[in-house]
Amino acid sequence: MHKKRLFSQIAAASAAVLILAGCGSSSDSASSGVPKVDMMKELGAGEGQVNIVAWAGYVENGSTDPNVDWVTGFEKETGCKVNVKNGATSDDMVALMKTGEYDVVSASGDASLRLIYGGDVAPVNTDLIPNYADIFDNLKMQQWNSVDGVAYGVPHGRGANLLAYRTDIVKPAPTSWGSVFDANSPYKGKITAYDSPIYLADAALYLMKTKPELGIKYPYALDQTQFDAAVELLKAQKPLIGEYWGDYLKHVASLKSGGTVLGTTWQVNINLAKGEGTKVEGIKPAEGSTGWSDTWMISSKAKNPNCAYLWINHIASPAANAGVAEWFGEAPSNAKSCDLTADKNHCATFHAADDAYWEDVYYWNTPTEECLDGRTDVKCIPYAEWVKAWSSLRNS
Amino acid sequence: MTISRNARLALAALMGVGLSFIYIPLSVVVINSFNASRTFSWPPTHFTTEWWSKALTNTGVREAIKWSVLAGLSATLIALVLGTVLAFAVSRYQFFGREVISLLVVLPISLPGIVTGIALNNAFTKQLGMSTGLLTVIIGHATFCIVVVYNNAIARLRRMGTSLQEASMDLGANGITTFRLVTLPNLASALFAGGLLAFGLSFDEIVVTTFTAGPGIQTLPIWIFNNLFRPNQAPIVNVVAATLVVFSIIPIYLSQRLSQDSTSGGRF
Amino acid sequence: MIDSLATTMHKKPRLRLFALLTAPVLWLVVAYLGALATLLVTAFFTIDSFTGNVIQEFNLGNFQDMFTDAAYKNVVLRTLGIAIAVTLICSVLAIPMAFYMAKIAKPRSQKVLVALVLTPLWASYLVKIYAWRSMLEPGNGVIDWLLGPIGISSPGFGGPAIIIGLSYLWLPYMILPIYAGLERLPNNLLDASGDLGAHNWYTFRKVILPLIFPSLVAGSMFTFSLSLGDYITAQIIGGKLQMLGNVVYQNFSINLPFAATIATIPVTIMAIYLWLVRRTGALASM
Repeated sequence: MHKKRLFSQIAAASAAVLILAGCGSSSDSASSGVPKVDMMKELGAGEGQVNIVAWAGYVENGSTDPNVDWVTGFEKETGCKVNVKNGATSDDMVALMKTGEYDVVSASGDASLRLIYGGDVAPVNTDLIPNYADIFDNLKMQQWNSVDGVAYGVPHGRGANLLAYRTDIVKPAPTSWGSVFDANSPYKGKITAYDSPIYLADAALYLMKTKPELGIKYPYALDQTQFDAAVELLKAQKPLIGEYWGDYLKHVASLKSGGTVLGTTWQVNINLAKGEGTKVEGIKPAEGSTGWSDTWMISSKAKNPNCAYLWINHIASPAANAGVAEWFGEAPSNAKSCDLTADKNHCATFHAADDAYWEDVYYWNTPTEECLDGRTDVKCIPYAEWVKAWSSLRNS
Repeated sequence: MTISRNARLALAALMGVGLSFIYIPLSVVVINSFNASRTFSWPPTHFTTEWWSKALTNTGVREAIKWSVLAGLSATLIALVLGTVLAFAVSRYQFFGREVISLLVVLPISLPGIVTGIALNNAFTKQLGMSTGLLTVIIGHATFCIVVVYNNAIARLRRMGTSLQEASMDLGANGITTFRLVTLPNLASALFAGGLLAFGLSFDEIVVTTFTAGPGIQTLPIWIFNNLFRPNQAPIVNVVAATLVVFSIIPIYLSQRLSQDSTSGGRF
Repeated sequence: MIDSLATTMHKKPRLRLFALLTAPVLWLVVAYLGALATLLVTAFFTIDSFTGNVIQEFNLGNFQDMFTDAAYKNVVLRTLGIAIAVTLICSVLAIPMAFYMAKIAKPRSQKVLVALVLTPLWASYLVKIYAWRSMLEPGNGVIDWLLGPIGISSPGFGGPAIIIGLSYLWLPYMILPIYAGLERLPNNLLDASGDLGAHNWYTFRKVILPLIFPSLVAGSMFTFSLSLGDYITAQIIGGKLQMLGNVVYQNFSINLPFAATIATIPVTIMAIYLWLVRRTGALASM
């Protein structure tokens, strides 16, 4: 009797709830072309704040290091208070932008196209951004930041993913990515890798150079065989890994404590670790590396579009661009910032104008079914499958 | 059962071991808040009070505390009202759905926080088109705080019985006066204990908050999470933590004194 | 005016009940349960592989993926294993402590002990886990420093670390209900058992344990459910280990339908657990 009563009550409640749940869900439908999003025509008054999704180290207001601050001045000048959320990976950033709560994002190539085709970002009116004119030409209107001649963002800077190693622990110094894939590595359990599906491209890059018989021409264009080979490589690597990193600070702390002695990193992490007294270096190995060329983009649902434009213009200005490039350790996008860096050799060190250096740096891109290397005889594996494979790998 | 001296000693020893297990990590936190090394190399070689003075002037912490207190008080208030009202309904009346309700009220706290978090986030942002902010945080917190108040209130109501209420009405007071002068005073300490626990839960909550807080809202746990590994801020996190531990003795002592019952709510 | 309102309410108990129930029911059933149901409905949708937007077509693809991929089975089993281990460890630690507090400690010390056990609950969850990161740091952590001289070294980050960390976090939640249960246990029952000739261990097994069983179950509900959904501990001290919560968290950003699919597992497990627990009367002793 008792049970029956409870059952009927639960049934009634569930029915009510399911009916409520069924009605009233709204969401976007998939689009095949680029969704039409309006471009802002003219700049109005600042809204008082701007919400930014950025890579760690891109939006510094002095709280990490009192001397590193290109935000406070901006806030005073424009009255736009800056709220920044660090995205750990491109996937994070895409998701955050989809919520519509952020106005600006610093998107890498493996996020930018998804944002454009998902209708999450708006075309940028470059007339409203005076500093756009000074950006290096070979960064503008690229495959990952423009569609059909329409610019969707302002280039930020570019860099390569480096191989970090503790100079006092890893001897001799590594010269190849092979050191993180070496099954007999003496540093087993202290190797790190970037915690994102895009890391599959690093595996593909290594295979591209060491197993030419697979025929990989571009790490982001992999057919089934090539993809499976990359996944196998990462599976074999897993026992060597101590931690996969997404939080750059945890990664730096690991490098400092010696929990991590070898693995993929960004220059900013090396700089931070060195600042803490760690003996660490980063190199671009013989095979080349993956990298990124970032773009500042504006949300299609931006609540503070004017402040958004003001921010983008500010970060693209020579002084701010120089500041970020030096702090993060990347090549700036504004040609004039090379004169403003504290280290006069910064642009040379980071090959800002040296095209040859970037020949074997493969910027993060979004793999699609249509092969990005131009092949039409096979289907390539789209990013959604990369995500699935990565998830499988991480959870097994 | 007579507990032999040996058994007593053994249990006392176990108690000691247990308490050390609980307090050693906390002591590490307190010691680290004085550790001169910014990355807490252990054992600490130098001590400093620099972090404590920095913490006092840190605006991030103050903002975070403000948001946490605001969210906590609002959520506790809502939980007090809803939990008490529900406790009354369930303890004094028979109605269709009574058992489901008592199961339902436990659900927000027994389902993993991440499920509650993504469900609420999905509902707020996709279904209702709201943007996340302080309101959504409060709604999220209140939802799992209801059960805490409810448990305390219903335990007390069951112990109280209805005789006092009936006597009061026999003597001529109407329902509202009875509630005000008879029921509520008897309920007060249980509600206070429940409210205290609810506030504590809300103050320390991170998972549901991560999904319901908007860009500008950094409650204290979120601030801690964002600053946990930052070289300049991490020592301040330790200071905040040490302070929380020390200050928490106050509400615990209070709730002990006020409820004659044991701290978990009911004694029979 | 208030008088007439009071009189109306007094005469119509159903109206009173309705007034009492409306707000909480709206909140819990419509808002919370509705949100939950909407999420679970999303589990049957998919996303556009390129843009990531949700396609609202009912299909079982996600469930298929989840059940066929061995990795997800592994995560579920691993998480269950951790939750069970944590519950067992907490029980084993909590029972002697609660017994001491309830039956052996003097009344004044009782209050102090309860306060001591409760205090860590107010220390932030994150800080406690971060403290364990310092403790477990391989090579220069506190455990290596303290116990290194006697030959015990830190297990480093990974599964054992997660189990230790979670047991540490949820221990007070286990101690309190058992303490409450033991307090309610009349001492004369224990005396009677002794008088009838049982020695301590026998009394414990046959008298105490069955009587505090509901409290154990109540405590286990916390430890089990909290461990099942945890993802932060794994992130901080879990090394490269993933738990169910991590999978949900990662997929929430990029593939909400799949995250919802994975989320059905802890929801189902807890629903079954709650159902079974109801019968033991543990819900009343929470």
